[in-house]
Amino acid sequence: MFRNQYDTDVTTWSPAGRLFQVEYAMEAVKQGSAAIGLRSKTHVVLASVNKASSELSSYQKKIFKVDDHIGVAIAGLTADGRVLSRYMRNECINYSYTYESPLPVGRLVVQLADKAQVCTQRSWKRPYGVGLLVGGLDESGAHLYYNCPSGNYFEYQAFAIGSRSQAAKTYLERKFEGFMDSSRENLIKDALFALRETLQGEKLTSAICTIAVLGVGEAFHILDQETVQGLINEFEVVGEEPPAPADEPAAPDQAGDAEPSPAPADQGPPADQGIAPMDI
Amino acid sequence: MNLADSTQAMNNLLGSEADSQRTLYPYVTGTSVVGIKYKDGILLAADMGGSYGSTLRYKTVERLKPVGKHSIIGASGEISDFQEIMRYLDELILYDNMWDDGNSLGPKEVHNYLTRMMYNRRNKFNPLWNSLVLGGVKNGQKYLGTVSMIGVHYEDNHVATGFGNHLARPILRDEWHENLTFEEGVKLLEKCMRVLLYRDRSAVNKLQIAKITEAGVTISQPYALKTSWDLSAFKNPTAGAEGSW
Repeated sequence: MFRNQYDTDVTTWSPAGRLFQVEYAMEAVKQGSAAIGLRSKTHVVLASVNKASSELSSYQKKIFKVDDHIGVAIAGLTADGRVLSRYMRNECINYSYTYESPLPVGRLVVQLADKAQVCTQRSWKRPYGVGLLVGGLDESGAHLYYNCPSGNYFEYQAFAIGSRSQAAKTYLERKFEGFMDSSRENLIKDALFALRETLQGEKLTSAICTIAVLGVGEAFHILDQETVQGLINEFEVVGEEPPAPADEPAAPDQAGDAEPSPAPADQGPPADQGIAPMDI
Repeated sequence: MNLADSTQAMNNLLGSEADSQRTLYPYVTGTSVVGIKYKDGILLAADMGGSYGSTLRYKTVERLKPVGKHSIIGASGEISDFQEIMRYLDELILYDNMWDDGNSLGPKEVHNYLTRMMYNRRNKFNPLWNSLVLGGVKNGQKYLGTVSMIGVHYEDNHVATGFGNHLARPILRDEWHENLTFEEGVKLLEKCMRVLLYRDRSAVNKLQIAKITEAGVTISQPYALKTSWDLSAFKNPTAGAEGSW
């Protein structure tokens, strides 16, 4: 893509029918550090690489909780991503307030896409320079969507965005057919493998990545560093290679419950003693 | 998507100028609605009367209506306000259907939407003068709730509005149980409606029963209840007070 006379305004078409400003915005997404998402029928896992600009600074937050049942991972202009996350949180809260029910992720994604489209059709605006991997729950189960600066959105079984995401995508293309029925643990493992692909040889540790999970019966939360490191250690002890596509997990007999599993397995308060039944 | 209220005199909200724009009292009203959960879903009962003060003016007012695929609503109070509420709900369901995405508003969502609406109007001192019963089934989950004109809302296994709270609910507290069959549920509701017919001045002997299950909504044709007035107290009502009528 080279500079040309049709790329100054987002409201100028090129003779070939392209909006260059929108395409440049999508380039910005490719420059950000990698973000990966995958989903099964019941869970969504989001993963991102933590890139700090220097050793002295902390890394940019790239994964946001939008609601108990929706989370988003971003790549590109993180400031734009932050603003859009705030919009998404607002929409979820408003819907919950009116309907006492979680906003279906499919509808949030359309609202987000429509918001992005506006910026492609106003001369005084610019497109958002961020790509969003939105994972969330719906009436029909778990979903993963990718929202573009162009205002398009797509549903995915698994996807990766940002720099060196192609390596992750290649891995995911090999494995994705098994994801729908994958267990939560295997889904997280696959996310870590995919993330590792984007590091191109650099050692994968929990310090340079962030993993978040959500699912049916499990609120969105970011896994803590210890848990993630535990998972990484598991598959690094067994062997560097990810399991064959026949998906015989190499470590089911290892302490597969290394993660404290924040999933709410225990429901409700313990049985009360000394409370009389309500007669009225 | 926002049907804004008509403009109010914002700077004189409680003044006489704005009074003509606010609800002060109801005109044509419906009386009690009674609702119960039963084995397969929800049953609602309401008579078809629209009273104009103490006159039983209209006798074919449908006070039970379906809302989308998963809910039914019953209203007591001002009938014109109920018609307005139905316009809002029909629009809500329309926009919900337009998403065409496999998600739909269930009875819980509709109940909360109504609550927000009623409470909002109450805060503006311009209430929709209704007490509503909202029931439905979605994904096997039964839901039955009520909202009043001031936004008081709750769910229960059996609910009622107006006189129904005083006359029908005590009966339901004694005789309702989980997993009533359809026939048992109807009999129970008819028992409640009969008591209301005897004791509520604004009740008329023409009622409908609405049923909602996972399969859908059915609202019965209007019918009348058998009543028995040959109790001795009714035969000679002035026996203990000669000269009165």
